[in-house]
Amino acid sequence: MSDVNLSVKIGSLELKNPVMLASGTVGYGEEISRIVDLTQVGAIITKSISLEPRKGNPPERIWETSSGMLNAIGLANIGLKRFVDEKIPFLEKINTTVICNIAASSFDEYAECVKSLKDIETIKAFEINVSCPNVKDGGLLFGNDINAVREITSLLRPITDKPLIIKLSPNTASIKDFAQAVKEEGADAVSAINTLVGTAFNIYTRKPRIKNITGGLSGPAIKPVALAKVLEISRDVDIPVIGVGGISSWEDAAEFIIAGASAVQIGTANFVNPKISEEVIEGLRSYCTAMNISDINDLVASYTL
Amino acid sequence: MSVCIDNCEVIENSQVAENIYFLKTVAPNIAREVYPGQFCNILVSDYGTPLLRRPFSVAFREKNIIGFLYDIVGMGTELLSKVDVGEKISIEGPLGNGFNIDGSLEVALLLGGGIGIAPLPFLREKLQKRGINTLTFWGSKTSGKLNLSLFDNIYFATDDGSEGFQGNVVESVGNLWSSISHANLKAYACGPTPMLIAAQNFFQEKNVPLEISVESRMACGFGICQGCPIKSADSDEYKLVCKDGPVFNSKEVVL
Repeated sequence: MSDVNLSVKIGSLELKNPVMLASGTVGYGEEISRIVDLTQVGAIITKSISLEPRKGNPPERIWETSSGMLNAIGLANIGLKRFVDEKIPFLEKINTTVICNIAASSFDEYAECVKSLKDIETIKAFEINVSCPNVKDGGLLFGNDINAVREITSLLRPITDKPLIIKLSPNTASIKDFAQAVKEEGADAVSAINTLVGTAFNIYTRKPRIKNITGGLSGPAIKPVALAKVLEISRDVDIPVIGVGGISSWEDAAEFIIAGASAVQIGTANFVNPKISEEVIEGLRSYCTAMNISDINDLVASYTL
Repeated sequence: MSVCIDNCEVIENSQVAENIYFLKTVAPNIAREVYPGQFCNILVSDYGTPLLRRPFSVAFREKNIIGFLYDIVGMGTELLSKVDVGEKISIEGPLGNGFNIDGSLEVALLLGGGIGIAPLPFLREKLQKRGINTLTFWGSKTSGKLNLSLFDNIYFATDDGSEGFQGNVVESVGNLWSSISHANLKAYACGPTPMLIAAQNFFQEKNVPLEISVESRMACGFGICQGCPIKSADSDEYKLVCKDGPVFNSKEVVL
């Protein structure tokens, strides 16, 4: 069998394969490392970090829906200081590419986080969460405002040479305009998409299933939406796209790559099968071999419309 | 500690009481590691609907076999009840922290409410092996004729008095308190939240240590999704039921 090249580049970030584990679905790597060999994945993206710890939303935080789930965790995280003191030492040892996701409630907080983390060798890139739908003071407010997203990118760009990936919200009319804006401000890539805002009610108590009332919808249910957003960006904007949203198999991953994604992230599927990433990587390899594709980069945006 | 995800053959999946099923599977890797109070995440459909695994306490272990007790509450457990003997199901585990058995323990009280009985047979077996005198109390709405030897020697409490003590399971313990009170006593409880609160209050007043096994909806079951918070008693933070529990010292958490 001929060797297939699975390695990809996102800006200056080189990955051994295009399969990453999405922020919020791998914690800081420790728990999942007991189940899956993290050295095999392209990268792991850590749970959103904010400057100060966030305890997160009260229960109920999750609700299963048809082929998906709603979550409103509320960016529960240990804060920047404990992340550096307690989690970085572990991440240094696992021998995989680490991308640090940052979520903040103000422009200053984003800048402060990137400044504090930029010199940590283990962190190879930053993914900027401008689109969490579950916190009141930030997230979606930024994610829906193209000027805010533009400003965050231009603020962070001069702070670090490391690749900057902006994670975009699907809860907007035209995602390609956001991709264009962050490209103009020097972002290296975009991740598309974050979760879709949704809700569910208990018809007997007439109360929302989630304490936060609304949550972010993820899982296979959102895959067609995510795929359309990836295609939309890929057709109009010359920026690497990292496809994320409902990927549960190697076939899904291949579909995103064909639609224009240079790499993919696996999210909710990690909850159901923590070993899914290994299966996706092997599946992509076999698929490329069977399709006579020697370099997976040749598959990117290879659609015929 | 490692977590396994194995395809396990079902060797029994039968109804043992009204709305209670007993599932036995061959799961050598999990059986080797698991201890009472831990749980497993079972994939109930290979086709993505429902999407998430379902968490179940381990009720039984014998050599390479583990067993679960469950009731039918929705699509997931209904599908599980239809799995035939000989089929294989994906089981992830063991997960979470189980019950603690202190060295000085001489008498253990086990309290189950409804399907909260699930983790207790496995715990009882371990306690009895250590020579600890164990009394098991089970409360349910109405008569619970259980055709399972796991449930021998149980004090029943039923809301309607159709079997055993009439009242709730905590009241049934109170009813016998003068004969079971003991210096090196510990209580273990699993069941619906109101029952756990009643148990907390009762044993706190008696100054008897209590461990509780708590239920929550979960997505991942091992700490990465953070979907199962429970309020910590000693700080303004949340603990996670899956990773920090599901068994807690009753003074650690606010129900």
